Amino acid sequence: MLTDFPITGKKATRDGFGDGLLMAGQQNKNVVALCADLLGSLKMNAFVKAFPERFVQVGIAEANMMGIAAGLAIGGKIPYTGTFANFSTGRVYDQIRQSIAYSHKNVKICASHAGLTLGEDGATHQILEDIGLMKMLPGMTVINPCDYNQTKAATIAIAEHYGPVYLRFGRPSWPIFMPENLPFEIGKGILMNEGSDVTIIATGHLVAYAMEAVKKLNEEGISAELINIHTIKPLDEEIILDSVSKTKCVVTAEEHQRNGGLGDSVAQLLSRKMPTAQEYVAVNDSFGESGVPELLLAKYGLTPENIIASVQEVLKRKEMVSSFSS
Amino acid sequence: MADIQDLKKISTQVRRDIVRMVHQCQSGHPGGSLGCTDFMVALYFHFLHYKLPFQMEGHGEDMFFLSNGHISPVWYSVLARSGFFPTSELATFRRINTRLQGHPTTHEGLPGIRVASGSLGQGLSVAIGAALAKRLDGDQNMIYVLTGDGELEEGQVWEAIMSAAHYKLDNIIVTVDWNGQQIDGPTSEVMSLGDLEAKWKSFGWKVLHMNGNVIEDVISTLQQAKEQTGKKQPIVILMKSVMGYGVDFMMEGHHWHGIAPNDEQLIRALTQLEETVGDY
Repeated sequence: MLTDFPITGKKATRDGFGDGLLMAGQQNKNVVALCADLLGSLKMNAFVKAFPERFVQVGIAEANMMGIAAGLAIGGKIPYTGTFANFSTGRVYDQIRQSIAYSHKNVKICASHAGLTLGEDGATHQILEDIGLMKMLPGMTVINPCDYNQTKAATIAIAEHYGPVYLRFGRPSWPIFMPENLPFEIGKGILMNEGSDVTIIATGHLVAYAMEAVKKLNEEGISAELINIHTIKPLDEEIILDSVSKTKCVVTAEEHQRNGGLGDSVAQLLSRKMPTAQEYVAVNDSFGESGVPELLLAKYGLTPENIIASVQEVLKRKEMVSSFSS
Repeated sequence: MADIQDLKKISTQVRRDIVRMVHQCQSGHPGGSLGCTDFMVALYFHFLHYKLPFQMEGHGEDMFFLSNGHISPVWYSVLARSGFFPTSELATFRRINTRLQGHPTTHEGLPGIRVASGSLGQGLSVAIGAALAKRLDGDQNMIYVLTGDGELEEGQVWEAIMSAAHYKLDNIIVTVDWNGQQIDGPTSEVMSLGDLEAKWKSFGWKVLHMNGNVIEDVISTLQQAKEQTGKKQPIVILMKSVMGYGVDFMMEGHHWHGIAPNDEQLIRALTQLEETVGDY
């Protein structure tokens, strides 16, 4: 239940990456890191200080970084590339496609400042399409952890997984609520609250907002199940189908375009195996803009209140579906 | 290590393989393949220290990366004739279910290949990563790379060139196939490369020149390049070559970059290329 996930502090998910990278480096001598002139932003300085010989600064040359990472992987290393999500995906899509994904290289593409919560730098840097771009690549694992602890655990766990990984995290200080030493299992969703009326499936920063929504819904007498999906690909089908078979309706929540995001993956699963009324909390075919993260999330419809409104909407449709079928 | 006469025989046979491969599937890129044949034969049969069976990580051996992946016919022929896979498999080039894809790939598990190439401009970056891994491991073996000249129009190549000099990589020898041709015409018309020697030098590279269709020159220049390694500077060889070299009617301009000979042209080509070490 939600009481098992008390908020214990606040820190950015990128801090979880930095601390996890240091630990992955301590645990596995094959872990190497690359950065395209954003060491401070990616919180990679501790790794560089501890393992200067295992760090490659590539300058502002992300295409070259992806290729060098592929080459290091050929030599048996486990390269972690670090830059903003925008420059980790859209800018270098063909390099990732040919030299990493198609060539099945063990590269960990670590992408900070994803989504609207990058804030004031504006839409040029606020990529909202990256999950879609990466999940379309055959063999690519796509992970979008929700808080500091989960990002740290994911960063450590991906070193032990052979194959290309896209690890997406963000810039702002954000509530910490996942248990500190919870092992990270790629592809396994986490049931954070049991409920019977509706299933809320959230990823990344929106998990915190979904927790708020679940509490408020409970006060209104609506019992919401909450699933934390940190791995968008491969998707944990079992946890979703188990939940939806009980609640018969679903709301997905993510800091990403509706097109190509978590909601799309869930809809694809449900349309094949369990057609279900679904609502999406996501950016609707729009670029972002400059502003404070919280205000941007509000302007683009990604708040706890938006999740609640979507739940109320989907509940109406669930009633319609059940009245048709009865 | 083969002697010069052996290398010449192998080159002739590889050229036969190339024209037969592209003829049987009526597609592929014979021009650059024929132009780079002498270099590829000299590299694999005289210089490259490789191990069989093939190991992806390449510990304790040299590695070769083909960045201009469209000249796959010459690479496949040389790999097969070096023992990486049976020469009979050359007959499957570009056919469905083949390991010999139109452009080289690791995806089908063909021995000898470490990364996919075809989308141009990426191979040097990958090779630099492999060279850095060797440096980390204290492995003294070499990284060889072949890239096209038209390929230098890709911006990523210059990112890579800049970085190799910055890292003072001295275990890498890059060869540029400077045939002056690309799909749409001469490089001088499509996109001028300018003073290539000055460009590479100003980025911090040691620059050598060779005639890629004179095998004695290829051997001596590669030897010279190898002697220059270990001096905190990457090395590039600007290799003048003739697209289509070895088949007279394929040596005019860029026409034979990416088309296959018909039956009559195949016969004309093969009469110029004696079977030396046995057809596949």
